[in-house]
Amino acid sequence: MIRLLFTIIAGVLLGGVVHLVSVLALPRIATQDAYSRLTPLTKLNAVTPLALTDPNNAPMPFMDPAFAVAICRYDLSGGAIKLTVPVSQAYTSVSFYTRNEVAYYAINDRSAGRKVIELDLMTDAQHEELPEDEDVTAADRLIIDSPSATGLIVLKALAPEPGLMPQAQATLASSSCKVQAEAPAKQAEAPRARR
Amino acid sequence: MRLVFVTLLALMLATVVGLGMTWMTATRGTDLGTLTIGAWTARPKTGTADVDPYSRASIARSGELPVGTGDGVAFSATTDDRKRPLDGRCDVVVSGVTPAARFWTLTLYDQKGRLVANSLQRYGFTSQEIIRGADGAFEIRVASRSRAGNWLPTGGIERYALMLRLYDTPVGVATRAPRDAPMPSIAMVGCP
Repeated sequence: MIRLLFTIIAGVLLGGVVHLVSVLALPRIATQDAYSRLTPLTKLNAVTPLALTDPNNAPMPFMDPAFAVAICRYDLSGGAIKLTVPVSQAYTSVSFYTRNEVAYYAINDRSAGRKVIELDLMTDAQHEELPEDEDVTAADRLIIDSPSATGLIVLKALAPEPGLMPQAQATLASSSCKVQAEAPAKQAEAPRARR
Repeated sequence: MRLVFVTLLALMLATVVGLGMTWMTATRGTDLGTLTIGAWTARPKTGTADVDPYSRASIARSGELPVGTGDGVAFSATTDDRKRPLDGRCDVVVSGVTPAARFWTLTLYDQKGRLVANSLQRYGFTSQEIIRGADGAFEIRVASRSRAGNWLPTGGIERYALMLRLYDTPVGVATRAPRDAPMPSIAMVGCP
């Protein structure tokens, strides 16, 4: 009897461990997560507009049908990414997700504060390699550090009325997301020797 | 022999208990970091980098992308104010005011997060589309048959969820009390 009780207690305790391990492992082993769903639909390091959300067509659950959505699936191993999103009339936002769908950064048109949202996305290592003076001269350049080398950038433009959807889509269509060309060889060194 | 049996039993129990608990928390969610106002619940932390492991597991399982904190916050409701589950065959009135936000959208989903087909192709309202009273309050009628005013069709499905998303809003991780975020009420007014 005691032995059976002991077995049950041991089983439940071990069950707790199994539970914790499986909860922590689930984001890594999930095959139907947003990133996996979007992978066949999107191009790497380029902006891909998603079709409008309707009952028969939604790549992900709980999408807001009032928004035009475009995805930039990124891989930073080839270099930093430059993202340019023109601001639509109503509301535009850019959200960044890691490979495992952690929303690590999001910005909207008002907090960006101008007509075009311009961002540089890079890994921590790439940020450190950036020459320091460049950091200063480009003070208005917004640099985002990505915790993972791959992930998703979600561009959204609101159509406050259904009739404004084409405009919202057009705004996203003119946005760009591409790997930055190798940083131009340090120009700062050249104009020093002249007297 | 006995030892083997006991060990096997313990391991089986561990598997069932452990995976069962994981499945429960990943499908139904937990109360960790939940902000509840009336019938509405939100998990503002899911839009930040310090999202809890349970929310991460349920996001990975469902395949959705949470709304980032710098973007907005999403409130969902599956019951009315008196905790009765929302029934698509009944008339439900969503009325009142919303917290401060530049825009909001109210959308109706089935239990799997899909939009519900209807002839109007209306799946929700945005703050700009809504017809309001003189005091700025609004009233949305969620029903299967057409209604005057702001009618949101349910398609007659049995269970649905409403999602109110606030964009560019001060409501978020720091919000605690309902008075910081006055949410609209949800009332079931009639069932055929």
